[in-house]
Amino acid sequence: MYEGIVQELIDELGRLPGIGPKSAQRIAFHILQTESVDVTRLAEVLTEVREKVHFCVICGNVTEQEQCSICRDPRRSHATICVVEEAKDVSAVERTREFKGLYHVLGGAISPIDGVGPDDLRIRQLLQRLADGTVTEVIIATDPNLEGEATATYLTRLLVQPGLRVTRLASGLPVGGDLEYADEVTLGRAFEGRRVVEP
Amino acid sequence: MLVRHLSLRDFRNYETAELALEAGPNLFVGSNGQGKTNLVEAIGYLSTLGSHRVSIDHAMIRQAQDSAVIRARVENGEQALLLEVQLNRSSANRAQVNRSAIKPRELPRYFSSVIFAPEDIMLVRGEPSGRRRFIDELLVLRSPRMSGVMADYDRVLKQRNTLLKSARASNVSQLTTLEIWDERLVAFGSEIIAARSSLVAELSPEVSRAYATVAGADHAASLSSYLSIRAKSADDDADLETEAMVGDTIGVDIAAEGFRAALARLRRAELARGVTLAGPHRDDLVLQLNSLPAKGYASHGESWSFALALKLASAEVLRRESIAGDPVLVLDDVFAELDESRRGRLAAAVGGFEQVLITAAVFDDVPTTLAGNVVRIRAGRVLEQGEE
Ligand SMILES: Nc1ncnc2c1ncn2[C@@H]1O[C@H](COP(=O)(O)OP(=O)(O)OP(=O)(O)O)[C@@H](O)[C@H]1O
Ligand SMILES: [Mg+2]
Ligand SMILES: [Zn+2]
Repeated sequence: MYEGIVQELIDELGRLPGIGPKSAQRIAFHILQTESVDVTRLAEVLTEVREKVHFCVICGNVTEQEQCSICRDPRRSHATICVVEEAKDVSAVERTREFKGLYHVLGGAISPIDGVGPDDLRIRQLLQRLADGTVTEVIIATDPNLEGEATATYLTRLLVQPGLRVTRLASGLPVGGDLEYADEVTLGRAFEGRRVVEP
Repeated sequence: MLVRHLSLRDFRNYETAELALEAGPNLFVGSNGQGKTNLVEAIGYLSTLGSHRVSIDHAMIRQAQDSAVIRARVENGEQALLLEVQLNRSSANRAQVNRSAIKPRELPRYFSSVIFAPEDIMLVRGEPSGRRRFIDELLVLRSPRMSGVMADYDRVLKQRNTLLKSARASNVSQLTTLEIWDERLVAFGSEIIAARSSLVAELSPEVSRAYATVAGADHAASLSSYLSIRAKSADDDADLETEAMVGDTIGVDIAAEGFRAALARLRRAELARGVTLAGPHRDDLVLQLNSLPAKGYASHGESWSFALALKLASAEVLRRESIAGDPVLVLDDVFAELDESRRGRLAAAVGGFEQVLITAAVFDDVPTTLAGNVVRIRAGRVLEQGEE
């Protein structure tokens, strides 16, 4: 335990995701030893980001405007929507440069343990976007874990409608890796999930 | 498979220890509380990543130290391996094989052992959870991917139970997703049911054979599965229903069908109680002697023989499948619990394994056939030959 404000800083940092008590302490002491101009800049950015950045009214991505740059981009196809859990997943898919459609950020995945049900996600907004028939394909790119899969199944059933194709990203062994380095759990389950290849 | 050499640093009451071991029987003797169990616990850790005595690793680090190291030179068929694990008090454990880092949970790939200990009596007399742990540990040794399936099942179970509870608290809108969790529960659960049942079917004849060997009498020891998805009543303390006892292998599809039917049957009870009432998490192993349940009927000696038979049978199954040779058998304080004739028969049964490690406080408790390489232990030290 440290005195007063130092401990408060450590506590605040410790509340951030992925930062344990030790890292919080390390960051706090780093800040204490840093040039005060740099710290001021950090404080400004933090306040600024909270003031300026919010969520795109269409897709839920982060933006400084009402609509995000992807939703505003006329070159993007309006026929495909890629559904992801979080805004950070948008940038992950963008990095692939494979996808030229639009996004829809759900804001999480169905998880009763975390108190998240379908009503807590941006699913109603997704249905509204699909209402006029412009969109012909929805790609579900939720995380390949239990909650992501459950959310994908829920959506797949909800989205059954004529003229709409619903697809799900493939998952399995990481490509670019060596088979010999895949752990036995992943590799064993990939064996279970093997499929016939067309000649 | 055998351990040629064991080195310890700051493990339990050992500051350091260097110990050469031989093929066949090795006997650790010394008075109570000197460190015999600690030695074999270290070896067991390399194959199970746990202790047969405690569930937390910290207890194994020597008092007032930050880390402990277990290092073993192991011969695995033609292969010689140097296995090392470091247990750390305030950071993640680390492991190495032949000096290159691996994930600690990969260690069991390189080394397998089966530990017999006084606590094993709880397999017969204790709660179902202990028997589920026994069968699941063996299952994972045979099929590592099952650890992923089990972790997923546990996670779905938690999600589903939370959902049932919140539905009970009248938040019915959440129930629209129950069907989705049901499907996952059935998918992972029936894989576990099928895998366990096929292991039980394979283990059962080994168990009756091993029991007859240890007890010196054929009491028709048998092993079968109790499947909660087939039970009529969802009561925790109801007697096991015979319709729900299964001796044969059950396929995944049959298990899934039964699981779905059980969920439909139990829906109302589950909503009322807010928990999942059927599935592998409520299953059990049924141990019988002459068609009577061992729990509640068997004598102390018979229960002991059954516990030993379960361990011997699992060692046999591992031995049959392993390409790396026999698992190392560890008999921790077992002989003190047995009468003279059982001691002799157990010694004969384990005698054929590549390496057997035995601990005893009283030298004369152990049949002479197992007094091969005798190692004396005193106060956290391995005594030299001839040292008093
Ligand atoms: N983390 C630890 N640090 C230091 N000493 C420990 C630690 N854990 C256990 N001990 C000591 O180790 C001793 C017990 O050793 P062990 O259980 O191996 O005894 P044993 O020789 O098998 O005895 P018994 O014949 O009674 O089974 C005890 O004296 C205990 O205090
Ligand atoms: Mg002991
Ligand atoms: Zn947008």
